[in-house]
Amino acid sequence: MPEETAQTRTIAVDMVARVEGEGALRVTVKGETVQDVELRIFEPPRFFEAFLRGRHYEEVPDIVARICGICPVAYQMSAVHALEQIFGFRVEGAIRDLRRLLYCGEWIESHALHVYLLQAPDFLGYDSAISMAKDHATLVTRGLRLKKAGNAIMTLLGGRSVHPVSVKVGGFSRVPLRRELEALKDELLWARDAAVETVRWVADFEYPDFAPDYNYVALRHPDEYPFNEGQIVASSGLQISVSEFEQHFIEHQVAYSNALHCKLRGSSYFVGPLARLNLNQDHLTPWARQVLADRRIELPLRNPFQGIIARSIEILYALEESLQLIERYEPPPLSAAPITVRSGIGMACTEAPRGILYHRYEVDGDGVIRDVKIVPPTSQNQSRIEQDLRLFMPRLLRLPDKEAALGCERVIRCYDPCISCATHFLNLEIRRESA
Amino acid sequence: MRNPDERQRPRLAVVKFASCDGCQLSILNLEEDLLALGRMLDIAYFPEASSDMRPGPYDIALVEGSITTAEDAHRILALREQAKVLITIGACATAGGIQSLRNWADVESFKRAVYPSPEYIQSLSTSTPISEHVHVDFELWGCPIDKDQLLRVIIDLVADVQPRLPADSVCLECKRRGNVCVLVAKGLPCLGPVTRTGCGAICPGMGRDCYGCFGPSEGARKGPGLPPNTTSLARHFHSELQLIPIEVMRRFRGINGYVSPFRAESDIWEKKP
Repeated sequence: MPEETAQTRTIAVDMVARVEGEGALRVTVKGETVQDVELRIFEPPRFFEAFLRGRHYEEVPDIVARICGICPVAYQMSAVHALEQIFGFRVEGAIRDLRRLLYCGEWIESHALHVYLLQAPDFLGYDSAISMAKDHATLVTRGLRLKKAGNAIMTLLGGRSVHPVSVKVGGFSRVPLRRELEALKDELLWARDAAVETVRWVADFEYPDFAPDYNYVALRHPDEYPFNEGQIVASSGLQISVSEFEQHFIEHQVAYSNALHCKLRGSSYFVGPLARLNLNQDHLTPWARQVLADRRIELPLRNPFQGIIARSIEILYALEESLQLIERYEPPPLSAAPITVRSGIGMACTEAPRGILYHRYEVDGDGVIRDVKIVPPTSQNQSRIEQDLRLFMPRLLRLPDKEAALGCERVIRCYDPCISCATHFLNLEIRRESA
Repeated sequence: MRNPDERQRPRLAVVKFASCDGCQLSILNLEEDLLALGRMLDIAYFPEASSDMRPGPYDIALVEGSITTAEDAHRILALREQAKVLITIGACATAGGIQSLRNWADVESFKRAVYPSPEYIQSLSTSTPISEHVHVDFELWGCPIDKDQLLRVIIDLVADVQPRLPADSVCLECKRRGNVCVLVAKGLPCLGPVTRTGCGAICPGMGRDCYGCFGPSEGARKGPGLPPNTTSLARHFHSELQLIPIEVMRRFRGINGYVSPFRAESDIWEKKP
C-alpha cells in the first residue's frame, strides 16, 4: 500500500461474531502506526445493580442468574457466598462439594461451547461449527456431546442448565440422591476421554507467534483448583483477600463503550482460564497433568490464542473433579442450613468460566438489599483485549481490510468475552437534589 | 412457509436486543438437533454462532431481548420489514424481561428529581417487549425458553402448520409430574397457579416455589386468552401465608413483572399500606 501509508485507515468490525453479546471494533491506523483501538460494547446496559436494591436477599440468586445465560452459576455462586459472609455462615461438606460440582458443570458447558463452537472455527477456517460440521462431523458432534455432559450436571443439580433454580443462600432447595448422581457417571467417563482428545486436538493447532507480557490474575486456594474460594493472586506478586478487591481494582468509564474498564493499580491484567491454569497448575488432577506432559505443553502458557488449550485442560480437570465429587457424595441431612438474617456488607469472588467475578452486597436487618457492586470478568479483560489488539495489529496491516478485521476478531475471541455480562453493571448513581 | 423452490431452505435469522443470551444458548443447547436444524434451515444470520452474516429477507426471525435504546427501537422496525414470520423468544422479548424493573424505578426517580450521571450512555427509561413496537407472529415464553418448544414451533412452521403451545398453568404440569404441592404443603408463595406451563414444573420439582419465569397462564378463570386469577392468589399470599403487601408486590414483579396481569397485580399491592 505505498500510496496509502500516510493516510489514515480504519478497520471496522460492525458486529463481532461468535462471542456472547454485541460488540463492535474500530481500529484506526496511520501509516504503520496503530492510533486507536476501540472495542465498542454497544450491548445496552441492563441496570442490575440498580434494581437489585430493595429486593430481598432470597431473590438474589434468581435475579443475578439473568445477567448471563452462559454463566448463570457464576453469578449465583458469587452472590450466595457474599450473602453468606454477611450472615456469618460457611458452607461445608456435601453442600460445598455440590457447589463445586455445579460449577464444574458450568465450566464444561461453557468451555465446550467456546472451544468447539466459537473459537475452533477460526483455526479450521470456517464461519461456524455448523458449517464446520459438513467436513468434520465427528469433531463437532464430540464437542456438542461434551457440552451436553456439562449441561446434564447443571440440569440434575439445578433443574435446568440455563438459569438453574435450586441455588439458595445456605445451600440448595433440593439435593440429589446418590443414585441420581451415579446415573451421570457413564456419560462423564465418556466425556473425560473426549476431553483428553480435545486437548490433543487443540494442542496441534497452528498458533501465531504472539506472547505479550501479561499480568495474570486468578483465585488461589491452598489445597485445590479454585472455584468458589481463595485469595486473589497475580503473577506480578499481588496476594490479597477478596475483601480487599476494591482497594486494588478500580473501574473506569470510557466514552465509547457501555462496559467499564477495570484496572489493577492503573494497569490492564488478564483473567480467565489461561490465568487460572498458570497460577494454579500445581492443583491439576493426574490426567490433566499427564496429557500436558504427553503433548509437551509447558506451563505457563503465554500465548492468548492458546487459551483454547487452557479451556480444554479445564474441561478435563472439571470432569475428573466431577467424578471424584460424585464418588465421595453422601447426601447431607439438610439441603440448606437455616440462615439468621443480620445487616452487613459481604464480598465474594468466584471463578466464572471467563475469570474472576466479584460481588459486594450490603443488606439491612430485614434481609433487604441496600447496595450491590458486581465486577464481571469481561470488564476486567476489556482493556487487556484492546492492548492485545494494538500489539497484534502491526502484523495485520499488510492484509486487505476484511482479513485484517478477521484477524482482530480472532484476538477478541481468544478471551471469550461475555458482553452481556459486561453491560449489566453501569452503576446508577443517584443524585438527590434538595427541592 | 414452504418455498416453491424445494432446493431453497427457509432462511433463519436470530437477532438479539437487551438480554442475557440465555435463549440463544438454548438454541445451541439443542446439541445434536442443532446440526439437524442447520440442515433444515439456512442459518442466514446468527452472530452468536456464525461469522457468516447475510442480509434479509428472512423466512423466520427469532428475536431475543427487549427494547431499551432508541437505536434498538429503530432496529426492530427494520427487522420486521425483513422477516416473514417474527417470533419472540423468551421473557425479555415477550414481556420486557427482568430489566423492565427499571420501568417502575424511573417513574419513582422522575418524581424525586433523580438524575443519572450525565456521561452515561443513551438508554431509554423503559424496557419494553417487542410487541409494543412491531407486530409479533408468535411468542415463546420462558426465562429461558424451552428448547424443545422452540424446535417444535420451527418444525411446525417449516411444515406449514400453525404452531400451538399449551398456555394453561404450571399446576397442571406439576400434578402430572406427581410433585408435592409446595404452596399447600410447605406454605411457599408459589406462582404456579397463575404461571404458564412449559418449563416442566421444575421449581416445585426442586422443592421450591415457582417464580413465574414463563409468564402468566391463560384460561384458568374464564377461558383461553383470558388472564389467570392473580387476585385470588395474591390474597392467599397475604392472608394465609402472611406476606406483607410489599412482599406480594415483589412476588409478581419479577422476571415477567412488566406483563399484564402480573404488572397490574404488583401495582395493586405496591399501593397497599
